[in-house]
Amino acid sequence: MYKIVRKEILAPNIFSMDILAPRVAASAKPGQFLIVIADEKGERLPLTICDYDKEEGTVQIVVQAMGSSTRKLFEMEAGDYLKDFVGPLGIPSKFVNEDIEELKKRRMLFVAGGVGTAPVYPQVKWLHDRGVEVDVIMGAKNKELVILEDKLKAVAGNLYVCTDDGSYGFHGMVTHYIEELVENQGKEYDECIAIGPMIMMKFVALTTKKLNIPTIVSLNPIMVDGTGMCGACRVSVGGETKFACVHGPEFDGHLVDFDEALKRQAQYKEEEVKKLEAFECKVEEARE
Amino acid sequence: MSKAVDRFTRTPIAEQDPQVRNHNFDEVCLGYTEEEAMREAQRCLQCKNPLCRPGCPVSIDIPRFIKHIAEGDFEEAAHVLAEYTALPAVCGRVCPQEDQCEKTCILGRKGEPVAIGKLERFAADWAREHGIKLGKTKPSNGHKVAIIGSGPAGITCAGELAKEGYDVTIFEALHEPGGVLVYGIPEFRLPKETVVKPEIENLKRLGVKIETNVIVGKTITVDEMFEEGFEAVFIGSGAGLPKFMGIPGENYNGVFSANEFLTRNNLMKAFREDYATPIKVGKKVAVVGGGNVAMDAARTAKRLGAEVYIVYRRTENELPARVEEVHHAKEEGIIFEMLTTPVEIIGDETGWVKAMKCVRMELGEPDASGRRRPVEIKGSDFTFDVDTVIMALGTSPNPLIASTTDGLETNKYQCIVADDQGRTSREGVFAGGDIVTGAATVILAMGAGKQAAKGIDEYIKSKN
Ligand SMILES: Cc1cc2nc3c(=O)[nH]c(=O)nc-3n(C[C@H](O)[C@H](O)[C@H](O)COP(=O)(O)OP(=O)(O)OC[C@H]3O[C@@H](n4cnc5c(N)ncnc54)[C@H](O)[C@@H]3O)c2cc1C
Ligand SMILES: Cc1cc2nc3c(=O)[nH]c(=O)nc-3n(C[C@H](O)[C@H](O)[C@H](O)COP(=O)(O)OP(=O)(O)OC[C@H]3O[C@@H](n4cnc5c(N)ncnc54)[C@H](O)[C@@H]3O)c2cc1C
Ligand code: SF4
Ligand code: SF4
Ligand code: FES
Repeated sequence: MYKIVRKEILAPNIFSMDILAPRVAASAKPGQFLIVIADEKGERLPLTICDYDKEEGTVQIVVQAMGSSTRKLFEMEAGDYLKDFVGPLGIPSKFVNEDIEELKKRRMLFVAGGVGTAPVYPQVKWLHDRGVEVDVIMGAKNKELVILEDKLKAVAGNLYVCTDDGSYGFHGMVTHYIEELVENQGKEYDECIAIGPMIMMKFVALTTKKLNIPTIVSLNPIMVDGTGMCGACRVSVGGETKFACVHGPEFDGHLVDFDEALKRQAQYKEEEVKKLEAFECKVEEARE
Repeated sequence: MSKAVDRFTRTPIAEQDPQVRNHNFDEVCLGYTEEEAMREAQRCLQCKNPLCRPGCPVSIDIPRFIKHIAEGDFEEAAHVLAEYTALPAVCGRVCPQEDQCEKTCILGRKGEPVAIGKLERFAADWAREHGIKLGKTKPSNGHKVAIIGSGPAGITCAGELAKEGYDVTIFEALHEPGGVLVYGIPEFRLPKETVVKPEIENLKRLGVKIETNVIVGKTITVDEMFEEGFEAVFIGSGAGLPKFMGIPGENYNGVFSANEFLTRNNLMKAFREDYATPIKVGKKVAVVGGGNVAMDAARTAKRLGAEVYIVYRRTENELPARVEEVHHAKEEGIIFEMLTTPVEIIGDETGWVKAMKCVRMELGEPDASGRRRPVEIKGSDFTFDVDTVIMALGTSPNPLIASTTDGLETNKYQCIVADDQGRTSREGVFAGGDIVTGAATVILAMGAGKQAAKGIDEYIKSKN
């Protein structure tokens, strides 16, 4: 059992939790993820490692409550216990093993979409702690859904916020702002790292391809075990089938077959809707 | 012994009716009653030189345990089994007996061999149901051993070492211990609550600690285990990576590995409404492959309500699955499409499978394995309308541990190289089961776990 040490609501339906899991905290690196099972009957839920504190032995997750499993997690409070918590999974971000002096010379742009802002934060912080300054664009639907702005501001070189409805920051999508920076403000980037919803990563990759900026994306396909055993997470990258949980989750965004990945992500839609309805009924009953 | 005993005919065993069981996940075979078990045991000739025994990979003293059953002393039968095997209730159910002990039983020459597996299962079930404690533990010797993986190899190695007084900890990647016994082999062949769980509980009773959710190579490395004070490490991480065919269309929605399909159903209990993990089974399912895994996937899909086909490139005679499982699958209404192989999976515009393009095969010259090689019949291709395809083409070892442990030799199949005592190229590191042999059987993995326990015991004693 893994104790929820802290819980914080960051925006409507978006929350963070610090979980006591010393073994995971001790070996976690930026870019990796973990799997949570909330209770006895829960499913294996993949979530990015958003931060970790090796001394306290805690790992932070940031979750958007969408379907039944993430909502169930949302109902849990500090002091409650998660049934299972396993990680770190996947390969750490490439830069973790690169030469710091080289990294300092590289002009990097991070693009974060929605809850994808959470996994971007530890990467930017990791780089900042080593003296590497990077630019960050973060996008959200509206002002209310902008998360971790202060934390990111403290570690990013430049932080640009965009909202789809223009209620805060730049009015438009993150892709528009990439073009704005490069085409209108004359910025140059050697590498782009995009993390967010699959559809956002697809369009970021299309944009950066046009602008000739090598791009890394962090894929979030459907997973079961997360250890390479089932193949549920397979994605086509450069015409080859890869298992995102062991070969990724980060891949060359210009080689990923996003259309296939998007279709595969919707594979259990019908079942998910049913489970969500059942979950909502149960919550209703409990309230009555 | 009454003369009513017909030496050459097996005592029939009760099974759930095929048309009933293909709608539920309860065990197919109901097992012998005490009278039936005694009657079957009395058929055994108690050979002085039992031919059955060399057929068993762990050389169980078969006539001896059977004799006790024949005499009605079921507890003693269980004690005999416990001298040789840690998992008799499991092996009695899933061993390929017809190719091992029962294949060589002398009675098989003129009639039906003794139902050794069914008797083994009977004695083990009887002992469990009657709360018989098996196996004695020596006092603690304080030496720490780490076991990676909780499949049959890891369970056996841990149990043997615990009995010798070692302080044993099992590290398991999944959230539930048991390996293939829990995530692969379905409930209707191997009940989890009544058969597998008690075996795990038994281990804990022997003092073995189990840490689930630890992926060795990610959460902790083998080197870190030595730093934590473990004096030896046994790797029993199995062969869990699924193979795909590499044909076009394999990533369409509705194409699953058997591992995914079975894991969703068995480990995650997707067949139960109250569990959160979803499972998809269409109306018409093709399972590609012919081994136990293919049979298990097909019979699971059938139970979830689909029309199911087994598509295999050789003929029924070459099916690698156990005869009993093929027989059960047929009874349950699985349709066998032999000498057929898919060459492409065809999807619709939304990305879902709608058909499989197949070719017919014929058998040619024998290949390296001695089986006749299937060759494609030119121009025989046809389309087969299905909405789900399950690939059951075998599995290979996960390279994770080998790639994060310096000095651990592997072969070209990614298998860890180990000798018959489980010793690897790295001092203090032992390995056994599917990770060494590639996908094999429960009993072979158990045997390897047992041998490695001896190797570890000798190694630690030699150092102290
Ligand atoms: C490597 C990885 C890292 C992830 N990191 C995070 C994270 O840090 N924070 C976070 O909130 N979520 C993260 N996700 C996504 C998260 O796992 C899914 O949101 C979750 O599985 C949805 O479960 P549910 O039962 O609540 O919703 P469901 O009912 O299963 O789904 C609700 C909606 O989400 C979509 N969906 C389902 N699975 C995924 C998925 N894997 N990714 C994206 N959308 C999905 C469905 O199509 C549906 O529209 C990550 C996924 C992966 C694979
Ligand atoms: C569907 C199916 C049906 C089968 N039917 C039969 C049958 O009827 N009869 C028969 O004899 N055999 C059968 N087999 C084969 C048999 O189950 C295997 O040969 C046997 O389980 C191998 O045992 P093992 O202990 O080597 O590995 P496994 O049972 O595979 O166990 C390995 C364990 O190690 C864990 N692990 C892996 N990597 C790590 C890591 N890095 N860190 C921590 N833990 C790790 C895994 O999660 C797993 O729990 C079947 C197999 C399958 C898949
Ligand atoms: S363990 Fe398997 S091979 Fe050995 S006697 Fe039992 S059923 Fe036969
Ligand atoms: S060979 Fe057959 S008859 Fe002889 S001892 Fe073995 S089981 Fe009994
Ligand atoms: S999630 Fe099962 S192989 Fe990646």
